[in-house]
Amino acid sequence: MKEHFAIKYLRREILPTVFCPGCGNGIVINCFLKAVSDLGYEDLSGFAFVSGIGCASWCISPYFKADTLHTLHGRPIAFATGLKLARPDLQVVVISGDGDLAGIGGNHLIHAARRNMDLLVICINNLNYGMTGGQVSPTTPENVTTTTSPYGNIEPPFRLAELVAAAGANLSARWTTYHVGQIISTIKKGLKKEGFRFIEVISQCPTNFGRRIGIDKPPDLVKWIRSICTVKKENSNEKLRLGIICERYRPGYVSVLKSLMERVRGEG
Amino acid sequence: MKKGRVEFWNGNIACAEGAIAAGCRFFAGYPITPSSEILEHMAKRMPEVGGVFIQMEDELAAIAAVIGASWGGVKAMTATSGPGFSLMQEGIGYACMTETPCVIVDVQRAGPSTGQATKAAQGDVMQARWGTHGDHEIIALAPNSPQEMFDLTVRAFNLSEMYRVPVIVLADEIVAHMWEKVRIPDDIEIVNRRKPSRPDEQIFGHELDTGVPPMPAFGEGYNLLVTGSTHDGYGFRKTADPLVHRKLVTRLVNKIRKNAEKIVDFEIYGCDPEDAEVMVVSYGCTSRSADEAVRQALEEGIKAINFRLRTIWPFPEKALRELAERVKLIVVPEMNLGQLYFEVERVACGRCPVILVSRIGGGEMVRPQDILRELRRA
Repeated sequence: MKEHFAIKYLRREILPTVFCPGCGNGIVINCFLKAVSDLGYEDLSGFAFVSGIGCASWCISPYFKADTLHTLHGRPIAFATGLKLARPDLQVVVISGDGDLAGIGGNHLIHAARRNMDLLVICINNLNYGMTGGQVSPTTPENVTTTTSPYGNIEPPFRLAELVAAAGANLSARWTTYHVGQIISTIKKGLKKEGFRFIEVISQCPTNFGRRIGIDKPPDLVKWIRSICTVKKENSNEKLRLGIICERYRPGYVSVLKSLMERVRGEG
Repeated sequence: MKKGRVEFWNGNIACAEGAIAAGCRFFAGYPITPSSEILEHMAKRMPEVGGVFIQMEDELAAIAAVIGASWGGVKAMTATSGPGFSLMQEGIGYACMTETPCVIVDVQRAGPSTGQATKAAQGDVMQARWGTHGDHEIIALAPNSPQEMFDLTVRAFNLSEMYRVPVIVLADEIVAHMWEKVRIPDDIEIVNRRKPSRPDEQIFGHELDTGVPPMPAFGEGYNLLVTGSTHDGYGFRKTADPLVHRKLVTRLVNKIRKNAEKIVDFEIYGCDPEDAEVMVVSYGCTSRSADEAVRQALEEGIKAINFRLRTIWPFPEKALRELAERVKLIVVPEMNLGQLYFEVERVACGRCPVILVSRIGGGEMVRPQDILRELRRA
């Protein structure tokens, strides 16, 4: 039997993953590794992966057969910034969740986008704090019931892809776990660009999100997520826009810093 | 020994230059008084020496970037004061748990909270020791002059690389802003982290005499698993196994405790310690007043010494216990309401009385006469 294409990128000795049945994390892992495979990487030796705390942060650590830095809650982008500047030759990728990147770590997200830091950030947005029991997150839709919004969420959510686009990223996109082909092609685009690249993937959490809103079957939850999104280009107050939200071609931070250093040292 | 060159620097500049001399090539920081000159000096100097300077969005990010850079194989430092040091504590704990070499400079100012932002204090002694949660050991050094801001920053990097532990340079506003001559030796001893010799070596738990495993960098083919969660020797998360946790955290603590005698560094000024009847235990800017108090006491015929700590953590228990056997009185001057004082009292353990001389507020130093008054009691 032919081995699955992704196995060579994974630490096979610790598979299967610990994720709940129906979790979207596996889809994102699959998409990322498919993009890597399509681009012809034989292994992940040119990559460095950084994550924070939460279910999404476990995608890379310990499953990716690569250098992985599993960091503090909210701080993976800041850790990744230091790592990237120390080792600009590595393709530094952050995979983390909405609570981690947009809640506790929201400040680092917008500042890394503003700096156009050379990072590819994939945010698995499952619309709640899944690991800690399904609490309301900065991306939970209004009126939705969670364990800490038992009477419905009264706060409007962040639209992450638009937020990051406004902050200055070179690439910002949003898909759902239904849009596997689009995620793969956007990751490939992201891996080929410099600067800050952000891909938000809205993902199903049947255990701690779906169950609380009465949709506990993963396929039904994926359908519900699709129903709150639209592929139409015009901005909608009702729905989340899918697709490439922005694409820019500004030089990334590393190349700007390199020019500065050459100028200071009189090598420019 | 070669003569070296001499500069006229304030403590903050001396600290930044010490870091560069030690091989620091990554600095991430966030502006805060009274440490900002370190940040500013690094902004100018890092590009000149081929290093990276970045001003981050907050102190949480600064310590995180430093740890990230250290795993990139680069010697890295940040500098902060009071509130910023509080914000960095979670990151310092991560560096302890992941055994990441890095240097954190805390230029102490009057707290708690915003306190008196521009005024000197020594209120972070216990925060340096216990600021981050859980069992851990760190190293903290206490310079008392611009010269030592240079020398001890070099030493901070060397200890950090040797023991794979965050090292804190616990300075204060007075030594940071004081201008003095700083002698830069021609030959500065530099220690670099030990790299693994085999690809299958355990990066987080190989058993050695020192308890310090080797450390490769990212991008060197080790498929590193670095996590702040409890992990086995290879870095795999083991969050339920009591033995793995016990073994890891015990080793992290013991690698400092068992090497404490090698790390501890102090200086004794005054009469022959064998004859001493009274002893001051001091550190940082306050030790300068202590030296003057002891000088005056000696003139008055009082057999006094100043036991000056250059490492605060680990605490020089052995040396202090021996001296406490001999003297009749110990005086601990501090710009706080008693922090190191309690540690001295613990070690003296009833062998002799221990007196605290405090002064807080407005950055006013403990004066020599305040210490001398207590020395005359003996």
